[in-house]
Amino acid sequence: MRSFTAPLTEADARSLKLGDTVYLFGSIITGRDEMHIRALEYAEEGKPLPQGLEGATLFHCGPIMARNDAGEWKVLAAGPTTSARMNSLEPEMIRRFRLRAIIGKGGMSDGVAEAMKEVGCVYLAATGGAAISYAEGLRRCSGAEWLDLGMAEAMWRFEADRFGPLIVAMDAEGNSLYRKVSESLVRNR
Amino acid sequence: MRLPEPVEDVVVNLLRLANTKLPTDIGWALEAAAGWETGEIAGIQLGAIMENAKKAEHLGLPMCQDTGIPVFYVRGRFDSSIAKDIAKGVERATESIPLRPNAVDPLTRVNSGNNLGPGMPIIHYMPTDDEFTEISVLPKGAGSENMTRLAMLNPSDGIEGVKRFVVGAVLDAGGRPCPPTIVGVGIGGTSDRCVEMAKEALLAPIDSENPDPDLARLEEELFMDLNSSGLGPMGLGGSTTSFAVKIRKAYCHTASLPVAVNIGCWATRRATARITESGVEYAQGAVL
Repeated sequence: MRSFTAPLTEADARSLKLGDTVYLFGSIITGRDEMHIRALEYAEEGKPLPQGLEGATLFHCGPIMARNDAGEWKVLAAGPTTSARMNSLEPEMIRRFRLRAIIGKGGMSDGVAEAMKEVGCVYLAATGGAAISYAEGLRRCSGAEWLDLGMAEAMWRFEADRFGPLIVAMDAEGNSLYRKVSESLVRNR
Repeated sequence: MRLPEPVEDVVVNLLRLANTKLPTDIGWALEAAAGWETGEIAGIQLGAIMENAKKAEHLGLPMCQDTGIPVFYVRGRFDSSIAKDIAKGVERATESIPLRPNAVDPLTRVNSGNNLGPGMPIIHYMPTDDEFTEISVLPKGAGSENMTRLAMLNPSDGIEGVKRFVVGAVLDAGGRPCPPTIVGVGIGGTSDRCVEMAKEALLAPIDSENPDPDLARLEEELFMDLNSSGLGPMGLGGSTTSFAVKIRKAYCHTASLPVAVNIGCWATRRATARITESGVEYAQGAVL
């Protein structure tokens, strides 16, 4: 079991091996389909981008958020969403923003693995549906961007405190646990 | 028939029950799986799922952030006002539980904020002469729903063709629908009815026996095929890929063999309320 504080360095990312169990501390941002589209569009058009994208640890997640009486956002449930939906957008995200870690479920394409290898980025698998446990690891919500996209699609910022367990399922060398499992599947039909 | 409680209140209770408490049959299946899985990564996944389910129930919060699109099944006696009451219940539950607002315009992607909008909520009606009104809800998350497949096979493809299609659909879905899954299968009908049956099958508790012995055997064979594949929890490898295969069947055109697969994630959330004049009884699943 290994612990890291995000943002991760390239050396951190490259030191992780397939199958390692990881817990994270530090800054994590969320983003899914609409956030990817907007971030790339703004970057293309030269519009100002929210802070924290550069070198980010990007969690594919659309959390359930609530405001407390003081008006502060609090996360109630925050499990991973299906990463493969972002397959066509992620290589450019990784290259443009030098992402160091992506957290999600179900894995990503060979095109994404290629960009991860090039830049020095890992894919960390979170357990799908374990939303309460992962929300506990996102101790504090430190901001929100693009709330007009809706609760699920907005970019949320969190300070993580022992966020996990996460499994290194795609490393920065182009290896993928999903590819390994897929190649060894027994298809009786 | 006079109902003892407003339908709106019953719907809020149903959505709370379904989203915060894992059905008992799935809890047993998880414990059994944790007992026979030997791989470390598979064990971590099952452990995280069970711990999370306990916390969600204890805190009264949704076990998964994707609280889905609630699909309703109304059976027994009811009148046309029930649709409006169910919609009110969905809106209130979204605010009070809370549920994640998931309903968006399919093209503009603008979110309505209350899980309502044109065509929502989705309600299937099954009027009968029984002396009860039964409302079931199946909150359906997108991870599993996006893996839905329909094939209009040729009759000559036969049972082997059906098996090949079902196994292929589940294995190609990989880790995306959050395995261990429950695999709903529709066989026959027309294309639309076939997909409906595949989803209805997910409403039945996994330990409920298929009354058709041929279908029960087919379920068993598919179950063995899927669980010997090695896909495992979250698609990260292991011996638990699916908790159950549930099949529903209808007659079809002599020139058709429709087959549909609708997958339920490990968090196949369901709740049923049977309302009679004397009260409301809640359960977590129903055989339609």
